[in-house]
Amino acid sequence: MYAQMVDTGVARVRSADELEGEEAGFQRGIDALEKVEATDWMPEAYRKTMIRQISQHAHSEIVGMLPEGNWITRAPSLKRKVTLLAKVQDEAGHGLYLYCAAETLDVSRDTLLEALHSGAAKYSSIFNYPTLTWADIGVIGWLVDGAAIINQIPLCRCSYGPYARAMVRICKEESFHQRQGFDIMLTLCQGSPAQKAMAQDALNRWWWPTVMMFGPPDAESVHSAQSMAWRIKLQSNDALRQKFIDQTVPQAALLGLTIPDPALTLDPETGHYRIGPVDWAEFYRVIKGDGPCNRERLAARVAAWEDGAWVREAAAAHAEKQAARRKECAA
Amino acid sequence: MPSSTCEAGAPDGVVELALRLGDNALILGQRLGEWAGHGPVLEEDIALTNVALDLLGQARLWLALAGRREGQGRDEDDLAYFRDQAAFRNCLLVEQPNGDYADTTLRQFFFDTWHVALLNALARSRDAEVAAVADKARAEAAYHVRRSAGWVVRLGDGTAESRARMVAALARLWPFTGELFEEDEADRTLAAAGIAPLPGSLRAGWQAEVERVFAEATLEIPASCWMHSGGRRGVHTEHMGYLLAEMQSLARAHPGATW
Repeated sequence: MYAQMVDTGVARVRSADELEGEEAGFQRGIDALEKVEATDWMPEAYRKTMIRQISQHAHSEIVGMLPEGNWITRAPSLKRKVTLLAKVQDEAGHGLYLYCAAETLDVSRDTLLEALHSGAAKYSSIFNYPTLTWADIGVIGWLVDGAAIINQIPLCRCSYGPYARAMVRICKEESFHQRQGFDIMLTLCQGSPAQKAMAQDALNRWWWPTVMMFGPPDAESVHSAQSMAWRIKLQSNDALRQKFIDQTVPQAALLGLTIPDPALTLDPETGHYRIGPVDWAEFYRVIKGDGPCNRERLAARVAAWEDGAWVREAAAAHAEKQAARRKECAA
Repeated sequence: MPSSTCEAGAPDGVVELALRLGDNALILGQRLGEWAGHGPVLEEDIALTNVALDLLGQARLWLALAGRREGQGRDEDDLAYFRDQAAFRNCLLVEQPNGDYADTTLRQFFFDTWHVALLNALARSRDAEVAAVADKARAEAAYHVRRSAGWVVRLGDGTAESRARMVAALARLWPFTGELFEEDEADRTLAAAGIAPLPGSLRAGWQAEVERVFAEATLEIPASCWMHSGGRRGVHTEHMGYLLAEMQSLARAHPGATW
């Protein structure tokens, strides 16, 4: 998802009997569905994992501005231009309050950004794919934001208070974005043959990367057990993925689009859709840096940061001058 | 001569006025939209987008008004996407490239300072629709100028580098400020009808405000120099063609399509 394969640094989940002292009390609180707040005692591994998870999510929001920002200047109507611009701005806002949520864990935004820029920190694999046509903007809203909501709604109930509260607001805005994305798709699918072909082409390119957003299959998901014990992950990758597929297949049918999976079938016994094999090699490759746009995305973020350095320095220098002048006046 | 040089108060005078105002807002909004995701700090990304959203909202109101008064069935999108460069009426200042943050900041400050004064006057227009749009827009513009003036001061009176960049931006952009106060027949007709102020009447106030902010920013207004002109007659700079090519490409590839 926006935070994929978050490393908990824990090799094996210890049972309640194995925990002692503060750690036992901490786990009892989590089991009793109490929220962990910034000033509470917490195991170092929990703190580090939360920093990784929240910052990955924040990085995903700001890197995610780039593929969509690619179409702001070319949006085909003024209404769509304004809507897209507002959406990209919402993502900047999500990034901002997620960085603030991470800062409650005693780490600075600058430190987190350094980790992004050096390649040490990850962001969602999905934003390493290119937006080639206007329909990609529709698909990102419909599928990518749709997938994000499925992942993030349970996180509104996660154990870390500041993250859970940030997620409540983010989910509200994401759900608005998802409806806007679906509206773009619906308009294209009801439009000219060229517009409908554009919509199908975008679905063809984005379907599998979106399915991969939920992370590797449960059997390969090495850190999930500890994250679930800490209630910072509430449902498994495969369960969330299934929910997404079951929700999306009928929507594609409504649009008159074909999901690019010849093996897709409805299992009459369970009522769930079954998909064909996922190319997990692609997922791991993109996560490791070899996706179609990894280098470009990171280079754009680094360039924005470096080109902006003199602006940030000027603002800081001016603020210092102002403070010195005020002091002088007061003296 | 454009058809705008009609008699006082006739509808096409308002069409010309609304196109000039709408095109200014549209083109500057388009430029600011280029910054999304690339700002110097997240808070500025958000602030620049806010200003872009305000301007694009204003552009839609002005262009819709122009289309209604023109009476040829053109809506905001027809006017934004299917006019050629020579039909755009924006001033040259707003089409100038984003450059670095000093260029973007100074371009915005020059425009905002002028925009606020113009919109305040237009809010008292005898044309009720013009007055209504201006009244809504001026509250937004008042915020824009507070923000851009603050950044002019920060960058002018920041570090040696930021000041040098502001001085360089000033040399590039100052020659585009003269056009803001030019007057043509359309302006005189609109002013005589009480619909819009004479552009020249805004100059002294604008200059005083720029001087006030520059004093705090340790910047100086350049000595008088040659000024560019032409945007309001549809004669633009080289940058405009690329801006429009990008903005209009998708809409023009599918004429008649609904999005």
